[in-house]
Amino acid sequence: MVLKIFFPQCCNKADSGLLVGRWIPGQNSAVVLAVIHYPFIPGQVKQYIHQVECVCVSVNGKLVQQEKELKEDGGGEKGGTKRGGGEKEVEGEEGGGEKDKVIFIHYEQRKVMLSQLHPIDNGVPDPQTESQLPQVTTYVLSVFGTVCQSEPLFFLDKYDDGPVKMTHWQSEGREGSIIVELMKQASTPVCLLTTWMLTLWTSLCSSRILNMRPMRFISSKLSTCLQLSYRTEHLQTVCSPTRATAHNHFMRKANIFVSFFVDVSLGLLLVSWMYRENRIGKLANTLVPAADHVAKELEELLQWLMGAPAGLKMNRALDQVLGRFFLYHIHLWISYIHLMSPFIEMILWYVGLSACLGLTFALSLLSDITALLTFHIYCFYVYGARLYCMTVYGLSSLWRLFRGKKWNVLRQRVDSCSYDLDQLFIGTLLFTILLFLLPTTALYYLVFTLLRLVVVMFQGVLHLSVDFINSFPLFAMGLRLFRSYRLAEGVKFRVLCEEPGTPLHLMMDINPLKVSSVVQTYRTPTYSCYPKDSWLALCKKLFLGELIYPWRHKTTKID
Amino acid sequence: MQNGDQHYSMEDETYTDIDGKAISLECQSHSGFCREFTVSSAKVSIGRVMAYTCAVWLSAYIIFFVTENTAVLSSAIIITLVGMMVHIHFVKVDHETLLIIGSLGVQVSSSYASGRESTDFIEMGKIKDIVINEAIHMVRKIKDMVINEAIHMVRKIKDIVINEAIHMQTVIYYLCILLKDPSDPEAVSSVVPLFQSSKPRLNCLVKVYKSCQEILAKC
Repeated sequence: MVLKIFFPQCCNKADSGLLVGRWIPGQNSAVVLAVIHYPFIPGQVKQYIHQVECVCVSVNGKLVQQEKELKEDGGGEKGGTKRGGGEKEVEGEEGGGEKDKVIFIHYEQRKVMLSQLHPIDNGVPDPQTESQLPQVTTYVLSVFGTVCQSEPLFFLDKYDDGPVKMTHWQSEGREGSIIVELMKQASTPVCLLTTWMLTLWTSLCSSRILNMRPMRFISSKLSTCLQLSYRTEHLQTVCSPTRATAHNHFMRKANIFVSFFVDVSLGLLLVSWMYRENRIGKLANTLVPAADHVAKELEELLQWLMGAPAGLKMNRALDQVLGRFFLYHIHLWISYIHLMSPFIEMILWYVGLSACLGLTFALSLLSDITALLTFHIYCFYVYGARLYCMTVYGLSSLWRLFRGKKWNVLRQRVDSCSYDLDQLFIGTLLFTILLFLLPTTALYYLVFTLLRLVVVMFQGVLHLSVDFINSFPLFAMGLRLFRSYRLAEGVKFRVLCEEPGTPLHLMMDINPLKVSSVVQTYRTPTYSCYPKDSWLALCKKLFLGELIYPWRHKTTKID
Repeated sequence: MQNGDQHYSMEDETYTDIDGKAISLECQSHSGFCREFTVSSAKVSIGRVMAYTCAVWLSAYIIFFVTENTAVLSSAIIITLVGMMVHIHFVKVDHETLLIIGSLGVQVSSSYASGRESTDFIEMGKIKDIVINEAIHMVRKIKDMVINEAIHMVRKIKDIVINEAIHMQTVIYYLCILLKDPSDPEAVSSVVPLFQSSKPRLNCLVKVYKSCQEILAKC
């Protein structure tokens, strides 16, 4: 097998010294981690290496300043492998200077240290964390793992007064930032404070008063309350005082924090815009006339249905009954709205302030207000649907009677049955009546279902956008765009220019994760709003007159 | 260019892809066990670009003439620009490269017309073999259905009709990498086809195949 040596780019310009690295068994490759400079005491070096408890660190090869000799020596020398504790020496293979059988692979140590590999596991990228043991260690994974596990080796560099002077990726200066350090210091008390407030809030929410049946029912229907509970959970995850060690947890926390931050800032922007020129007052003032307008349109629609809609001939009596029934409802609704109108501005003003908590709250609020204002449409839909449903069931059952069959509830199938004469007579009469009344009920049902569907679509769009804001991994996307080496799908190689007669030199770059994989892997799981039924099932339900609730909320996943 | 590598492109033989368009193959041998093959497809032809643009704008002008709405014109411009950008960034492949490094792995990369590169590296430990596979490429034309019907109806002229029927389908060859399952080294877990956009013909594939087999045999 060809000998492969991974050499960090930062050590290309280092002074002469001894190479320290690790040998990967079975792959005939060595990963060089750092260069120890002259002068040094070999005993101290060995002690230091044992101290930083690098398992299987081997001291191999000498780095001499001229490039030419590097290649020859790197290919030639092979030191012994020492295990921590025991003195087991294993001679490396291919000690001879066979220049053709050596590959030098240059790698950027900083990028490899900071990146997180996502090997594709059955077509799904899966970030390997230290806690889970990978089933199959691939070659690239072992190289990355080798570099990452040698972190204690990088604590000392050539400017420190330690026993050894080394060059590695940190030797140009330890990586750090004042702001990050300050934030880390400040975060602990802030986290504790927020956790305490959140526990107060959750205990308040789960108190007995708020948990009575009617309040529970209302709060489960209002999407604002749902969003509130969801955000509380998120904040609890983010503000937990324990540090996130695994990569997954860190990314989850960071994503939630960034999306919460963006959400709140967008909400504040919206609030500042809405309250600036008393736009909220203007909005409240247009709300009542808008509701009036909707009611007037509905009345006209009902008058049209009570006449001869689209040239169809309705059953006059039933038509008048249904029309008057719905008209009375609208009248009640309008009176209620007019009763509320003096308070609407004040309510809207205070409720609009809750948009400070985030844009998602504003959208959920809008969805709830729409639901409340179109409550009468929902009621009409329910009445129309129930009437139509009863008509259809009655018709189907009487149709079976007409043919001499019966539905067997026990066997869940249609059986033949012999009816008495008077049963048949009454059944046929009822069937005829229902059949001739069907167009009227069907038309009312159709009109109100269409109105209800329009409202449902609008609410669905709002819920989908809330869901999108909740679950989109902004931090991971930002990382992918600006620090693409942090999320790695794999590696890629490039051949560097070379002279004839020298070993092959390759450059190993990080292959960043695809944008679609980033979104798929790091999506925050939400109570996502998705259509419960397929199109076919929906159409079937509409035809039979069953009540449809097209959007269903998933319960929050517990990870 | 490097004086060290052997760098040669096949000038004496012109290669074509399965549709008949001219492509070029470039082989670079960086070392005894490292070779790179680049297959370049035809570039974006200016004639086709102009034809599409003219078609879109002509129809936009006609619609504008009918409806007198200027938004139609601006939307046509935007559609053309966005369509062209999407095409050169996501659809049009300029060249595909296969870099094989003995005992390390195989790297497959496609480079798009806008310069974007999409790379995939497969380790040697996962590769079982590199082979040329055959596939039957159905040419979906009305002609075929008519010929097929003729086979059913005219059974007398069996020989001539069947021969013609086989010529109507084309057999294509593609180079692919067989991956092995880590748990079962004998079974082939999946197949990665190479040069999917350029689709070179058998003569080109055979050269690449021979070089790859030399390297795989060495390591």
